[in-house]
Amino acid sequence: MEEPEQGFAAGRHTCRPGILPGPTRVSSPQDDTWNWCVYLGHTMVLQPSERHYGDWNHRRLGPWCSPTGSPAPLSCETGCGEGSWILVCRLLVPTQVSLLSMEEDIDTRKINNSFLRDHSYATEADIISTVEFNHTGELLATGDKGGRVVIFQREQESKNQVHRRGEYNVYSTFQSHEPEFDYLKSLEIEEKINKIRWLPQQNAAYFLLSTNDKTVKLWKVSERDKRPEGYNLKDEEGRLRDPATITTLRVPVLRPMDLMVEATPRRVFANAHTYHINSISVNSDYETYMSADDLRINLWNFEITNQSFNIVDIKPANMEELTEVITAAEFHPHHCNTFVYSSSKGTIRLCDMRASALCDRHTKFFEEPEDPSNRSFFSEIISSISDVKFSHSGRYIMTRDYLTVKVWDLNMENRPIETYQVHDYLRSKLCSLYENDCIFDKFECVWNGSDSVIMTGSYNNFFRMFDRNTKRDVTLEASRENSKPRAILKPRKVCVGGKRRKDEISVDSLDFSKKILHTAWHPSENIIAVAATNNLYIFQDKVN
Amino acid sequence: MFARGLKRKCAEDEEAAPAYSLQRQSLLDMSLVKLQLCHMLVEPNLCRSVLIANTVRQIQEEMTQDGSWCVPVPQTAGRASRDRLVSTEILCRSAREGARPAPDPGDPASELQVVPAAQAPGVPPGGVWDGDGPRENRGSFHKSLDQIFETLESQSPGAVEELFSDVDGSYYDLDAVLTGMVGGAKSGQDGLEAFASTAAPPPSAGCKSDLGELDHVVEILVET
Repeated sequence: MEEPEQGFAAGRHTCRPGILPGPTRVSSPQDDTWNWCVYLGHTMVLQPSERHYGDWNHRRLGPWCSPTGSPAPLSCETGCGEGSWILVCRLLVPTQVSLLSMEEDIDTRKINNSFLRDHSYATEADIISTVEFNHTGELLATGDKGGRVVIFQREQESKNQVHRRGEYNVYSTFQSHEPEFDYLKSLEIEEKINKIRWLPQQNAAYFLLSTNDKTVKLWKVSERDKRPEGYNLKDEEGRLRDPATITTLRVPVLRPMDLMVEATPRRVFANAHTYHINSISVNSDYETYMSADDLRINLWNFEITNQSFNIVDIKPANMEELTEVITAAEFHPHHCNTFVYSSSKGTIRLCDMRASALCDRHTKFFEEPEDPSNRSFFSEIISSISDVKFSHSGRYIMTRDYLTVKVWDLNMENRPIETYQVHDYLRSKLCSLYENDCIFDKFECVWNGSDSVIMTGSYNNFFRMFDRNTKRDVTLEASRENSKPRAILKPRKVCVGGKRRKDEISVDSLDFSKKILHTAWHPSENIIAVAATNNLYIFQDKVN
Repeated sequence: MFARGLKRKCAEDEEAAPAYSLQRQSLLDMSLVKLQLCHMLVEPNLCRSVLIANTVRQIQEEMTQDGSWCVPVPQTAGRASRDRLVSTEILCRSAREGARPAPDPGDPASELQVVPAAQAPGVPPGGVWDGDGPRENRGSFHKSLDQIFETLESQSPGAVEELFSDVDGSYYDLDAVLTGMVGGAKSGQDGLEAFASTAAPPPSAGCKSDLGELDHVVEILVET
């Protein structure tokens, strides 16, 4: 990598992501060691990390959009001020470069209905903890354990490359949540982003909700591609001009500038949850949303941050009697008065907010009777529902427990209408999975746009899709080693016993540290996003 | 362990029963350790704690119904009940006949808390954790439990702090509690009773209650 020509003054800087133009040098205050930031067609932006001051092995990098021309020193306009150092790790970054670069198109084969890997974004950053497409599918947001949100935007399709649908490029990145310390309890509050939910777009800006364990934030992501020039009282660098030197007046004009995407927190909804928030859901009225923790669900108005309504409270008077917690909650996609929440005992309750202010009495109660032949000490744990999702139509709900995905008809409460085995071969391994805590892993599940296919993750970087109509299912793997860009994903198979065929993998060889907990499906097309630890894979259906 | 001394009435269960009981005991111990060794710096995951606590409760209920809970009086002599929960592995084997119905929630045994010794009616303080139990059981302890206990008992109580060495300074109390606990437990019965009265429910968030469960770990060490 070539040495850039211009550095900038050492000193203490705070840098907001997305501002740093062009390749830049950063120096450390202590020893004048120079470290590079990455330049790869997308300029890497460095985010400060107060916690890791002086730790050169830690880096928090965010990709940025296209580089500008000449490098410029950091200035006040770009959000710099007193603060901690920008930290860079030189060692890790170069390996990222090759992974992040857009690979050339391989000559594609014409095969129907197969998923192929578009490209992968390996960020070396923290583990991805949530993935979500927006309502049009144009944007894809990911949240990670470090409290960052990275938004990808789909490229506009070009006329020359009809066969190549728009790819996703990094659009914006920002630090949503910081680690906090609760002084009353002497406990740290994790900055990990538990969930992101988009609001439908109502103007040029994009809005999303992101939450950690305790606080929900509303972020506005907007573009700026013009800036005013020609101020009278300030010069081009923002310094005040001596009024005596001003002899003429001019009207400032808006000049185009390189696209800048900025994210600003518009609302912070804090101090409403004693327990850890596990879900947020935007209501179909687009004016309210709910946040659910282990024992309570609160209803918020987007405009009001100092107040929320408690609509569900399952906390017992005596905590020693606690046997059940809320695990997930979601609003009905069309009926703004209806929502569901799932529990650790494998039940789903549907509530109508019109019935009463506190929805402690459910309108519907969904529970499947236990199968006595499968009963064990682990029965309750594996029945705990980790995710609940309404179908796009609003007619069905899908739940994920440890071994299965179930589809329920809202009109039938006593059992699900469909049950799909995700990895039943784990049933005989529950004791070991309990010991290593894998049995508590919370897998999510998603519907495709037409509600005909459902998808969920598993171990060994496998994820599964079930076609509800044909009853066929497929197991695919998200890993760099096994797929090149544009290559067709090969179905995988787990061998449960007997002779293992060549391509099969035996249950004992599964890697339980590689789990796919978070996936997302484009709202209308066959494009999926799969988060495998700290890698994000985007797959799309191969078009003829 | 007392379970070994108990012969089941049914012939076919004779060989399976002791192994099952041992494995069940091992699962119980593993669960209790899990409840106690939670992350101190970050709030414990309530869902996980509740699920583990429910599992512990289930095991204890079954053990009570089996009579495995009571040390001196083998109550299972006349029992023909074979309705036990199906297990996985030996705790995980496939279904046996006569799966048991869910235990009656009104059963006083279901109110057993994490510290069973204290609250089970008619059980002398100490119960499962008494004298010979853990020692005899040592060989059958699950591997991970073994490691944990070896670490704990081969070093001074201060070493327990190292287990939680990622805990920040806000845990000054731990040392004092542990020292106090060791002293208290030496008086045997008294210690247990005192300890029993401070039984803390597993699902409560917050550090102080977790200390109650930590006491329990130390209790096991001291008793062996």
